[in-house]
Amino acid sequence: MKLSFKQALVAGAVALSVSSAAMATEMTGAGSSFIYPVLSKWAEAYKAKTGNSLNYQSIGSGGGIKQIKAKTVDFGATDAPMSFEELQAGGMVQFPAIIGGVVPVVNIDGIKPGQLKLSSDVLSDIFQGTLTNWNDKRIALLNPGVQIPAGDITVVTRADGSGTTAIFTNYLSKVNKSWKDNVGFGAAVKWPAASTVSGKGNEGVAANVSRIKNSIGYVEFAYAKKNNMSYTQMKNADEKFVLPTAAAFAAASAGTDWSKFPGMETFITNAPGAASWPITGATFVVIYKKPDNKANAAEVIKFFDFGFKDGGKMASELDYVPMPEATTNFIRKSVWSQVDVK
Amino acid sequence: MQSTSSTLGLPSAKAVQIARRQRIQDFLFHAITQFFSMLVLFVLAGIIGSLLINAWPALKTFGPGFFLDDEWDIVNDQFGGLISIYGTLVSSIIALAIAVPLSFGIAVFLTEMCPDFLKRPLGTAVELLAAVPSIIYGMFGLFVFAPIFGDYIEPVLQATLGKIPLLGILFSGPTNGIGMLCAGLILAMMILPFIASVMRDVFEIVPPVLKESAYGIGCTRWEVVTRIVLPYTQAGVVGGVMLGLGRALGETMAVTFVIGNASRISPSLFAPGSSIASTLANQFGEADAGLHFSSLFALGLALFFITFVVLALAKWMLLSMEKAKGVKS
Repeated sequence: MKLSFKQALVAGAVALSVSSAAMATEMTGAGSSFIYPVLSKWAEAYKAKTGNSLNYQSIGSGGGIKQIKAKTVDFGATDAPMSFEELQAGGMVQFPAIIGGVVPVVNIDGIKPGQLKLSSDVLSDIFQGTLTNWNDKRIALLNPGVQIPAGDITVVTRADGSGTTAIFTNYLSKVNKSWKDNVGFGAAVKWPAASTVSGKGNEGVAANVSRIKNSIGYVEFAYAKKNNMSYTQMKNADEKFVLPTAAAFAAASAGTDWSKFPGMETFITNAPGAASWPITGATFVVIYKKPDNKANAAEVIKFFDFGFKDGGKMASELDYVPMPEATTNFIRKSVWSQVDVK
Repeated sequence: MQSTSSTLGLPSAKAVQIARRQRIQDFLFHAITQFFSMLVLFVLAGIIGSLLINAWPALKTFGPGFFLDDEWDIVNDQFGGLISIYGTLVSSIIALAIAVPLSFGIAVFLTEMCPDFLKRPLGTAVELLAAVPSIIYGMFGLFVFAPIFGDYIEPVLQATLGKIPLLGILFSGPTNGIGMLCAGLILAMMILPFIASVMRDVFEIVPPVLKESAYGIGCTRWEVVTRIVLPYTQAGVVGGVMLGLGRALGETMAVTFVIGNASRISPSLFAPGSSIASTLANQFGEADAGLHFSSLFALGLALFFITFVVLALAKWMLLSMEKAKGVKS
């Protein structure tokens, strides 16, 4: 009697676990730490609505690509897009899910947030170590009427491999030939300036810039805002000075016609348009065209569809820019349609 | 009569049983302990093997010159380990140069001169320092120590030691606080409790009669420590220093925070650099399979090798010390 009672209990537990597994799916994803805050917000709302949950590991863009290639996750997320050839070879597709901005931040006595104006050439010469003092004539020329104290410039960069660095160096190689020839772009590069100090993560860069007088670094916009740092204005592709704002990031992405790029593979840095912030980037989501787990892949698409439709406000609250509707329509029509979930 | 027969005659059945049981117990004990110690060897061989296999593409491409090349360019797939190896060695040497004399002072004070009521709290405080996680040292270093160091101490060092010809180059450059010297100081703080507590423990086992007789013939405290205590405990002291050095060589988190992570070698101690451990910590997560990935493994191999050489040197030093003692007496 006792034994049969136990058996019934076990059978019941098994039945329960099976039925609950059939009821709710758990998607898995890994990669970019940039997209993590907004993904977790979306996932919370999505779970409340559908009961399906997302397990996302924020391990960095490179790690995300590795995990999706190893098929250990349902989707990977990366700030630097995968090349079209590589996507084709692996039977994958990618689409941008969210947009954000990378901003130069400085620590100069008396310079307030948004006050200092920089051009692409000045910025790349500073990071190349050929422009080494804040009282340089070229900086003064960009900033009439602003008192900039003299001081040797310390360059602060990311020490770890990072999508932020990929976006920043991609911008510099687009606008400056000597940067492109000598340094190039990637998640981690060989920083040429002799005065370079590197920190780990956005936090490390923010901490170093806040501490070291006369330093300049680059962080995601949210970090600059959160830490009250002096971000700079940038001269964009249309030769206009712009402040880093959500509107400027949106303007940069609006000018990008994703449909023109095979596999949507493009950086939206140095985008045209008078209001565009030049160092804007997107986080890309990578999925398989013929996924092993069709139910989960279908759920991933439903999840991002929910994010595009209902997640805009949540994204804006976190200083991200939702994808413009034209782009999300294009993603639905031309990217998701390639994924075999039936 | 009975007693002699039991001692001289055949053992009773019970004694045989006990002896057999003991033999089985002994055999089992032997086998188990041997298995555990062999396990360590197997794990070690496994680590070396996996490091070698993963590092092989880099070693094949760059040759042995990998360890002497100061190029670390991820975009162009050019790798050499010299910058990191240099940073590891220099920061560890700085740490030892500071921590060993300090630990020695602490240990001598605690064992020879400390009043009894202070002994316990001071000793516990030193051991507590060892229990602080390295990430805490890193955060303390970056947010508290480095600013003070860069604003007040480095300028003073530059104005004094920096003026000495030749030596001055060690203290040149901007005073950011972050850099090789800062990393060395934080490391010194981290390894100090290890060395100090080992030294204290071995100093305490010196038989009092030895010290008392030395005092009896009129030795000063300094003479007792250097002529009696140190020679008696040299193996333990070297062991403690090596324990500290081992930790300094492999320390990752704290060093990553304060060393500045620059991929270049600078003669100045104020300049940022990077160590093997900090390079691995920074780049491993994002490294794509290929030369970058295997170069990181090659760096790991280098760290393994450095640690091995250090331990071998320590053993060799101890052996030659014992020999010298043998010749003397």
